[in-house]
Order: sequence, then C-alpha cells, then structure tokens
Amino acid sequence: MSEESAQKRWGHLRKVLERSSPFSHPEFEPSSEVLDFLMTSCKILVIGAGGLGCELLKNLALMGFRQIHVIDMDTIDLSNLNRQFLFRHKDIGSSKAEVAAAYINKRVAGCQVVPHFSKIQDFDEGFYKQFHIIVCGLDSIVARRWINGMLISMLNYEEDVLDQSSVIPMVDGGTEGFKGNARVILPGINACVECTLDLYPPQVNYPLCTIANTPRLPEHCIEYVKLIQWPKENPFGAPLDGDDAQHLSWVYEKALERASQFNIPGVTYRLVQGVVKHIIPAVASTNAVIAGICATEVFKIATSCCIPLNNYLVFNDVDGIYTYTYEAEKKDTCLVCSQKPQILEIKDPNSFKLKQLIDILSESAEYQMKNPGLTTVIDGKNKTLYMSTIKSIEERTRVNLDKTLVELGIRDGQEVLVADVTSPTTVVLKLKYLISDVEMS
Amino acid sequence: MIKLFSLKQQKKDGEASPRTGNQKKASAAQLRITKDINELNLPKTCTTEFPDPDDLLNFKLVICPDEGFYRTGRFVFSFKVGPNYPHEPPKVKCETQVYHPNIDQQGNVCLNILREDWKPVLTINSIVYGLQYLFLEPNPEDPLNKEAAEVLTNNRRLFEQNVQKAIKGGYVGDSELQQHCVKIKQWKNYL
Repeated sequence: MSEESAQKRWGHLRKVLERSSPFSHPEFEPSSEVLDFLMTSCKILVIGAGGLGCELLKNLALMGFRQIHVIDMDTIDLSNLNRQFLFRHKDIGSSKAEVAAAYINKRVAGCQVVPHFSKIQDFDEGFYKQFHIIVCGLDSIVARRWINGMLISMLNYEEDVLDQSSVIPMVDGGTEGFKGNARVILPGINACVECTLDLYPPQVNYPLCTIANTPRLPEHCIEYVKLIQWPKENPFGAPLDGDDAQHLSWVYEKALERASQFNIPGVTYRLVQGVVKHIIPAVASTNAVIAGICATEVFKIATSCCIPLNNYLVFNDVDGIYTYTYEAEKKDTCLVCSQKPQILEIKDPNSFKLKQLIDILSESAEYQMKNPGLTTVIDGKNKTLYMSTIKSIEERTRVNLDKTLVELGIRDGQEVLVADVTSPTTVVLKLKYLISDVEMS
Repeated sequence: MIKLFSLKQQKKDGEASPRTGNQKKASAAQLRITKDINELNLPKTCTTEFPDPDDLLNFKLVICPDEGFYRTGRFVFSFKVGPNYPHEPPKVKCETQVYHPNIDQQGNVCLNILREDWKPVLTINSIVYGLQYLFLEPNPEDPLNKEAAEVLTNNRRLFEQNVQKAIKGGYVGDSELQQHCVKIKQWKNYL
C-alpha cells in the first residue's frame, strides 16, 4: 500500500487523534504517536466470538487496532449464521474463534487476530496480563464473574494505594432480544460485575405449584415435563439434554398432552427448545448497537481522546429507542472488589500452626474476630481448614489446628479465605512467608 | 480516571507470571458460601451434615420439628450450591418421603425463595428458616401434593393422622402405588 493511501486510510482517526477537543481527557496530547500506539502496541482481548464478538472484531479491526486476541470455546452452529456474519455455511462445526480470526485477518490488511479455541478458565494471570483492554461479548454470567474476579485479583496495591498500571479496563456488552447494556469497568476503581450482581435479570422461574397444578401458559406445561415428568419417568435413562432431538421430541409430546388437558394453546417444538435451553432470541441490530458502543469505549480508553462512559448504559428498542446512562456505584461490601488483599507475614511456616493463625485473627487488635471460619484452595481443590460454627465440620477439621502451615500444604503467597461475623464479607488473607527454606511435601 | 496511553505502552508479550504453585483462585461462589456456612445460625430443630467437610457446596439439612403436624418426624434435604451462587439459588430436594402439601413424592419443594422469589441477598440461613416454616405452617393454597392440601383444608384431624402415619413409614394416598412402581422399575434394571 502506498504511503498516500495509508495516510488516507486512517484519515478519519487522525482527525480525532491529532487535534485537541473539549471532550478529550485533560491529559490528552494530540499527536501522531497516539495512532501509532493504537496500531502497533495496543493489545486487545475480545472474549466471545458470537453475536457480539463478530461485531466487535469487525469494529476494532476497522478502527485500526491490530493486536487482537479472541477467545471462544464454541463451535459454529447453523442457527448462528443469520447474525454472526464472519461465518459461512461451510464453517459449521468449526471453532468460532479460529474462523472469525481468519476472516478478519484476510479481510482487513495489517490486522493480526490471534484465536484461542478454549475456555477463559484455561488461561491464567500470565496470559491476561499482556492485554491493555479486555472487551467481552458473553452470554454467561458465570463467565463474566470469572473474568471480573481474575482482573481484580491482578491488582497491585502499594501501601494501600492502587497501582494504576495493574488496572486492565474491561468493557462489557450484553444483549437479550431488543434490550442491551454496555459498561466500562475499571477494576478496583469503579463498580465491578459483583458489585452489581443483582442487576442481572434473574432466570425466569415459575412457581413450582403453578407448574404442578394450575398451569396457564404453554411454558408451564413444558416446565412441568422438564422438572417433574422427566425425573420421574426418566425415559432415556439420562438427564435431559437440550441438544438431543430425541429428548426434545419426548418433552414436546408430553407437554402437548398436558397442554391439551388444561386447554392451553401454543406449545410448539420451537418453544420447547427455547424453554429447555433457556434461549432468548438474539437480535442482530441490538448486537450491532451494543458492539458499536463497546468498540467506541475501547477506542476512547486506549487513546484518551474522549472521556469514557461513566459507567453503565442501558439500551432498549422494543418500542422506539431508549437509552440511559448512569454511574453504577462501587459497593463497599462487594465480595470481590471491596477488599485489598491483606498480607499476613508468617515467620516460620515449618513451625507455625493453624491454631496460632486463628489466635492472631481473634486476639490481635487489627482483626478481633469471633468465630473465624477458614478455607483455602489447594491444587485447585477447595479445602476447609477450620470452621467452629458447624459441629460436623468442626469435629473433622479440629485435627488441622495442631498442624503447621507446611503440613497443611499451604504455600508462600497462598490466599486463605476467612469468614467471620465481624466482617460483612469474606476476608482474603495472603500469607507471606519470611523464610525461603520451606520443605513442601 | 486512568490514562492508558501514557501508563503502559510497554506491555510485554504473554510472559508467564511467577506462579506460586498450582493454585486456583477461589471463585466468588466459594467466597460467598464460606461466609454463609460459617454464619449458619440454625434453629435447634435443625442440623447440617457435610459428607465432605472440604466441600461446602454440597450438604444435607436435617429438620426434626418439635411442634405442629410434623413433630417427631425427621426430614432430610439435600442442598447443591452451583457456580452461579448467589445469582442463582441452590438446588434443594427433600430426600425423605413426606406427606406434605408443598412437597411432592419426588422431593420437589414448593418454596417461593427457592425459585421465583430468590434474590442474591438471601442466604442459606433464609432457606433453612423457609423450610422449617413449611413444617410448622404447611400451605394448602399453592399445593404441590393436591390431595394432601385438600385433606388439610377439609379435615385437619385426618391430615394430622395421615402425616403421622407417613412419618411412621406408612404411605398415604397414591404414593404407596408409586413406591410400588419405583420398585418394579428398579427390579427391571437387574433383570
């Protein structure tokens, strides 16, 4: 590509990045370096290559971002093709991340999308650390909570002050039919996913007694078969699988029977599929709007050319168009982001017993706990160290009191979760060993 | 507000962080359940059983009501807390056959806070109290076991007798028949 056409290609970005503006960040300095940073150094992670992910990848690539990674654990399904426009019929069954990356790399010159056909949980801190900004197009709350917890655990505090270079901003988009939201999370600085957990719409759950005795909706009949008839009759000797056509047909037939008993119209195979798999119809235009907002936020954060969204935007175009932006508040008692990791120094873990740790928690002026319950994670498995309030657990964890930290398998830097009535949240204690001579079995 | 551009142009490629062993972080659900379990404040009619003390996500609750229709009974509930707790409620099933308007023969429990009225601010303790309340005040208005509800509304005395009969191991209503069917099914598996 000639110099001139390269100049032209990014002309629209230069207008924003090389001129000052009343909307820019107070410290923004217009220069050609900003575009250079965006195109050569700035590294973005896109989580999810589905409805939002395809839009995000396209938007970011056309905005000049070149170092993009994308993670998705899913493969392409026929029903994706109407809106996930990076995929074609021949791609059905292939990895979403891989096909999407290949498409973008072929179509947008200079862009280098790196795909990861895996779960977000397969990567550790070392992987996530390399990114400047993370943008999510997820359909799962569990996954959002996981990545949120990961980014918050990566924060560094020096003398109780947050080290800003450890902050990785997260832009999160979500859609449900004609409704959507976009938000900017600065971990440790503003409201995180866990602060606003009750904002997520609860899964639709019908009262069990209505399902059992007074069904009024076709959904009630389907839920009845799913919750009561299936476990009772267990027709295929297996748990109900929403992807198994035989299972769905069985549920459809039984739901139809039940609906006719109660004179309820409207049970269709599609509805059965929707209720069993909790499908909410995806709308391409909603995805496009939300992904557009998210990509713009990524651009604003990366360049400082404009103040980012503060911090939560709701979008609804069920009837006309409605948007509203407000500042979701950081929760003082948030389980995940309210606490700075508390470091507890241990002189000699070879002789320091769990009992002594509990004594410190109950007696030191700093903690003054009443009945601390302690758990930790060892080799990926939860372990209850001691809990006095539950008799059966107390009896079986009492032996741990006289064990040393080393004997319990607790390593230097390990996090111990401490629950106590004196604190509104579980406290995370990081144990720091002052000697390096530790014999781990 | 952070200014990314000046802060960290110099990100290194996916360098591995110094890893402290093969640890995984505790999930938000684990953080929350640790708190819930440590602060369980059980009424004296209730006890918990943890088959594995390291697993706070799966346990049993035993309720032995000391008054009302269900006194002298012993009812076991299984609790399964999922990874999306407390966004989603735990799955609770009654493992004891019981003659109760709000509990069916498969152990499904009709308690509003277990389904439609669950909120993340509720705790395991709230559910324990909810379940205990079901035994003190069985609710015939929204029944799961319709027959039991009808008996409760029309003939409290007969209801009481049925409850006590069920507690002593007899079955009431068509549950006897169902038991029989289950047994035949089980036998079939062996043949």
